Amino acid sequence: MPNTPHISRRELLRGAALVPVAGALAACATPAAPPAASSSAAPAATSAANPFGVADGKPLEVWIFDGGFGQDYAKNIHQPLFASKYPKVEIKHNSTKEITKVLQPRFAGGNPPEVIDNSGANFIDFGALSQDSQLQDLTALLDAPSWDDPNVKVRDTIDQSVIDIGTYDGKFSVLGYVNYIHGIWYSQKAFKDNGWEIPKTWDAFLALCETIKKSGKMAPFTYAGKFPQYLYEPLLTMAAKVGGNEVLVNIDNLEDGAWTTEAMKTAATAWAEVGAKYLMQGTTGLDHVQTQTAQNKYKVAMLPSGSWLENEQKTTTPEDFAYGMFPIPDVTGSDKMPYGTLHTQPGENFIVSARSPHPQAGMEYLRAMLSKKAAGDFSALVRTMTVVKGATEGRDISPGVTSASAAVAAAGENTVYYRWFNWYGPLKDEAIAATGELMSGGLTPDKYLERIQKKADEIKNDSSIKKYKR
Amino acid sequence: MLFNRYRRGLFITSFLAAPVILYLIYVIAPYLQAFYIALTDWRGVTATPRFIGLENFQRLFGDSKFWQAVTHNGALLVLLPLITIVIALFFAFLLNVGGPSGVSGIRGSKFYRVVFFFPQVLAVAVVAVLFQQVFRPDGSGMLNGPLMALGADPIGFLSDRGVAFWSVLAVMVWQAVGFYVVLFSAGLASIPKDMFEAAQIDGAGRLSLFFRITLPLLWDTVQVAWVYLGILALDVFAIVWVMTLQQGGPDSATTVMAAEIYRSAFGHFRFGYASAMGVVMFFFTVGFAILSLRLSRRERIEY
Repeated sequence: MPNTPHISRRELLRGAALVPVAGALAACATPAAPPAASSSAAPAATSAANPFGVADGKPLEVWIFDGGFGQDYAKNIHQPLFASKYPKVEIKHNSTKEITKVLQPRFAGGNPPEVIDNSGANFIDFGALSQDSQLQDLTALLDAPSWDDPNVKVRDTIDQSVIDIGTYDGKFSVLGYVNYIHGIWYSQKAFKDNGWEIPKTWDAFLALCETIKKSGKMAPFTYAGKFPQYLYEPLLTMAAKVGGNEVLVNIDNLEDGAWTTEAMKTAATAWAEVGAKYLMQGTTGLDHVQTQTAQNKYKVAMLPSGSWLENEQKTTTPEDFAYGMFPIPDVTGSDKMPYGTLHTQPGENFIVSARSPHPQAGMEYLRAMLSKKAAGDFSALVRTMTVVKGATEGRDISPGVTSASAAVAAAGENTVYYRWFNWYGPLKDEAIAATGELMSGGLTPDKYLERIQKKADEIKNDSSIKKYKR
Repeated sequence: MLFNRYRRGLFITSFLAAPVILYLIYVIAPYLQAFYIALTDWRGVTATPRFIGLENFQRLFGDSKFWQAVTHNGALLVLLPLITIVIALFFAFLLNVGGPSGVSGIRGSKFYRVVFFFPQVLAVAVVAVLFQQVFRPDGSGMLNGPLMALGADPIGFLSDRGVAFWSVLAVMVWQAVGFYVVLFSAGLASIPKDMFEAAQIDGAGRLSLFFRITLPLLWDTVQVAWVYLGILALDVFAIVWVMTLQQGGPDSATTVMAAEIYRSAFGHFRFGYASAMGVVMFFFTVGFAILSLRLSRRERIEY
């Protein structure tokens, strides 16, 4: 049969010889073996001016999440400041909107970059990073002298909540740089023009919604319906105000029945009523930009958001709009926390990779970021407060930031936060889905809380998911 | 003689080597690795995943969200080919033999043929973004704008649980129909015209022309379309991920297997668990392929 292809024994053997080559090339999906200890050379000597021992000539790679704040702050504020002190350290600046896609393979391959702004919708799960000891312990940063004053430790220049929230497994390893302040946002102009008052109690809030609805000028309330996490935020803050901070602590700690407490029921019932009566038409199908733009066009009066809002909307906000923010009103008259209680949470999370070649420079970069000059310039550029105390002193800031910082000052010690959504991704997804259903009337408040509780229990009993406590 | 045979074999092998090696490296090897990763608790960033046996699969069987996704894929598997093929056949018939004479298309058929193919030219992500706007629930939505102008309440095409799945199906059908119109047109063109003429002389109307001539003679092409659309229904991802609320929502009302895999891997960083889902999906796909090959074994009609 001379016409049929025939593979001889020799060719078969030759083909077989190629298989290992293919195997070697194919080892791309599974993780690489751990590399040899990264810093074979001894770290450079430390001094008061160089507390971590940054080595000259060794580069520093920085990855910035190119989101609402852009990346100019890093290139034009933080990096020049660092370079002024370490001219011989080459800074490799990079930015991406997809942190996970770009950097997850680098972690799996054992050569992560030094500094990562692990933010945005596609950040790398902190739990996963911590579980695999990829996060540099930043305790040394806290105890180092601050950039501005050698007599003050970094620890004393930032809010305590940054340290609490950035602690994984007992080690401070995530630096939230921006202080996000959550509340109900409105236009000071619209409120003044129509004679609407900021509601101090929930009844007044509902009455205001009724007034706005009857006025026919705009819809009373909206939220980013596509992303119901914008709505579970005021719901949880309200629950904490009614039932005290432990409501949120218990939720974070996955305590039994934490989601189904009376305070949670009160809050869920209150917001379900808003969902049923006062939402702008179509809310559940709109995203944050669409609803916020509707507010800029005076189509809706109020929406829950955070202090990034003003910067995010700067291109569509009318000149005289004047953003303002008010806290969750008093709900029962016997709320455990006083009027003015705020949800503040450090965000824009920076990490240093423990297995990067030059983590010392990474920590030093963060120390530079926490200087008053860096933080103040940052606030001026992106209209957002940082976690650095007093960094905006003596600077001219926007109406929204002014309103938010006044609220923070008024809240004093009465601030709350929660962390479960960062710890347990599946629980976050469930809460998002259920909150959307609650607001569109698909779930009663009781069923809503039962559903999330069920998921929380599931996670609690799942041995493959690492648990956290606060 | 022997030398010639050797050279010939070498020639063929050298041509086959490149695609086979590429296929091994980029298709077969990742499959095998997925099977291995499915047996670990890998979270994507460590260099040393822990082997945990079949634990991921045990967990998967109790994961109601994943089974919801499987149900949606199943519904798409039945509905997408059915609806698409019916519409495409109808259009192809009209465009080619639906005219008054029975051997040509209706008026303007050349124009329609081009128009029907437009959606196929657009990238899936573009279609998804486009339809987000079409389905917008406020006055700016292409569908809700006129509805609201008439005083009706807007329909939450993507935000209403009961409607969202059908919106996804509608978009998929919209995008697929054009290609199958062209495919069926090509099939129709290969049917000898005299068959239609003979049938017409015997007094067949358009309806009996379609059911007695067109459909039986196109059956092979329809089967091919069925398999293609079935595969499309099983690995649907981009439309759901980009277009729907909360990527498969609201409240998982539109989620599909591929979306759950992506969410587990890149959202929750449970690569091991996601790989286990991938393995299950692999068996569903292979099952479908075997089934469709079995069912479509049929004698060809020779003209």
